[in-house]
Amino acid sequence: MISEMLSYPFIVRALLAGLFVSVAASLLGVSLVLRRFSMIGDGLSHVGFGALGISALLSLQPMAVTIPVVIVSAFVLLHISGKSRSGGDSAIALISSSALALGVIAVSAAGVNTDLNAFLFGSILSVSRTDSLIAAAVSAATIFSYLVFYHQIYSTTFDPSFAKATGISTGRYTSLLALLTALVIVVGMRILGSLLISSLIIFPAAIAMKLMRRYATVSIAAAAEAVLAFIAGFVLSYAFSLPTGASIVAVHMVIYLTASAARSIIILARERRAP
Amino acid sequence: MTLIEGKDLTLGYEGQGIISSLSFSVGEGDYLCIVGENGSGKSTFVKTVLGLVEPLRGDIIYSGGLRRNAIGYLPQVSGIQRDFPSSVMEVTLSGCLGRHRRLFGYSSAEKQRALSILGSLGMGDRISASFQELSGGQQQRTLLARALMATEKLLFLDEPSAGLDPRTSSELYSILRDLNASGITIMMVTHDIHPALNDARTILHLSHGRYFFGPKEAYFASDMGKEFLKEAGHDK
Repeated sequence: MISEMLSYPFIVRALLAGLFVSVAASLLGVSLVLRRFSMIGDGLSHVGFGALGISALLSLQPMAVTIPVVIVSAFVLLHISGKSRSGGDSAIALISSSALALGVIAVSAAGVNTDLNAFLFGSILSVSRTDSLIAAAVSAATIFSYLVFYHQIYSTTFDPSFAKATGISTGRYTSLLALLTALVIVVGMRILGSLLISSLIIFPAAIAMKLMRRYATVSIAAAAEAVLAFIAGFVLSYAFSLPTGASIVAVHMVIYLTASAARSIIILARERRAP
Repeated sequence: MTLIEGKDLTLGYEGQGIISSLSFSVGEGDYLCIVGENGSGKSTFVKTVLGLVEPLRGDIIYSGGLRRNAIGYLPQVSGIQRDFPSSVMEVTLSGCLGRHRRLFGYSSAEKQRALSILGSLGMGDRISASFQELSGGQQQRTLLARALMATEKLLFLDEPSAGLDPRTSSELYSILRDLNASGITIMMVTHDIHPALNDARTILHLSHGRYFFGPKEAYFASDMGKEFLKEAGHDK
C-alpha cells in the first residue's frame, strides 16, 4: 500500500513538503509554548485564512498577499502580547475571529470556484509543485536558522532580562521567531489548513515537555514526534480516505493523551517508591 | 579602582522620574547592599545599571575593565519560568553566551569553567538535573553559577534570598562572602537586614524622594539607617 501511495508524484510532493513544515513548526513551537505565545500561532493562521480569502476574491497570487500580511500580523500580535497579559489574549481572539469572518465573506463573494474547505482544513491536492518547493525551502531555512541561533533562542526564552543584560539582542531573536513562525504558518496552511496548522506548532512541544526535562532533549523529541505524527496521519488518511490535515491532528492528539498518561504513571510510581 | 559610577542620575520609566540627583560609585572588591521600601525605585536602579533601561538624565560610567554586558546578574527567581525544561548545565552555560565570539555552541574551556564553578558551589553532582526539579536553594546556586559565567569582576543580585528559608539564605550569604573575599565585587538588592548588617561595606538606601549612599558605619549612624534598624527589629 505504501509503495502504491508513493507512486503518485503529488502525494510524494505533499509528504516531503509536510515533513519539512512539521519539523520547522515543532522547533519553533518549543520556544513559542514556553514563552506563552502559543495563541499567536493560532491567531496568525486565522489571519492567513483571511488573507487567502481576499487574494481569491481579488484574483491575486495567494502567497504574494498572505506572506506579507501574516508577517506584519506576527509583529503586531507579538507586540500586543508583550504589552499586557490579559489584554493581549482578548486582542488576539478578536483579530483571529475578525480575520476568519473577512476570509469567509471574501471566499463566498469570490464564488463557486473557490474551495472553502481546502482553505480551512487543507488539501494535499491543492499543493502544486511550486507550493511544495516553497514550503520545503522556507522550512529548511527555518530549521537552519533555529539551529544556528539555538543557544540565543534558548537564552532569550528562559530568561530575557538576563540575556539582554549580558548583551544578547533579545529583541532581534524574538523578531526572528515571529518572522519564522509567520513563514511556516503560511507555507503549512496549504496542507493542514488554517484551522489545523497551529496544532503542528503546539502539539509536539506540549508532548515533548511531558516526557523530557532538558531543553535540548525537548527540542529533539518535539521534532521526532512531529515527523512520526505526520507520517502516521498521512498514511492513515490515505488508507482510509480520511482528510489528511485532520488525520494528522488526530494522531497528535492520541500521542498527547498517551504521553500524559505515561507521565502520570511515572509520577505515581516515583511517589510510591519514595513515600 | 572604580568599576561603576553614577553621577547626578535621574532614573525612571517613560519620562516618569522615580529617583533624582542620585550619585554613587562601586569600587573593586566592594560589597554594596541596596535597600529601600517597595516602590522606591530599586528595580529601576537594577535595570538601569544593567543597561535594560536608559537613565532619564545623567550617565553611568563603567570602568576598571568592566563592560556593561559583563555584569554577573542574578535576577529574582520569580522572573524565571519555574516550569522550564532545562538542565543545570544548560542554564549555567548560557551565562557566557553573550561574551564569546563562537557562532555555535560552547568551547570545551567554557564547559570546563562551568563544571568547576558548579563544583565550587556544591552543585557538581547535579549538572544534568532538571532546573525545575531543584530546591529553591539549588536553583539559586545554579543561577549564581550562570552569573559567575558572565563575569570575572562583579555580581549583581536582585533579592537573592526571596523565597529561601533562613538556613538556605545564610548558606547563600556565606558563599557570597567567600566570593567577595576572593576579589569579586558584590552589589545586592535586599529586604533582609542581615547581609547589610554583617557583610556589606557600603549601603545605598533608596527612599521616596531621598537616598543615602555611604559606608555601612555612617549609614547605621544616620537617621535613615536607624529607621531601617528599627523597622527590622534591630534597634537595641
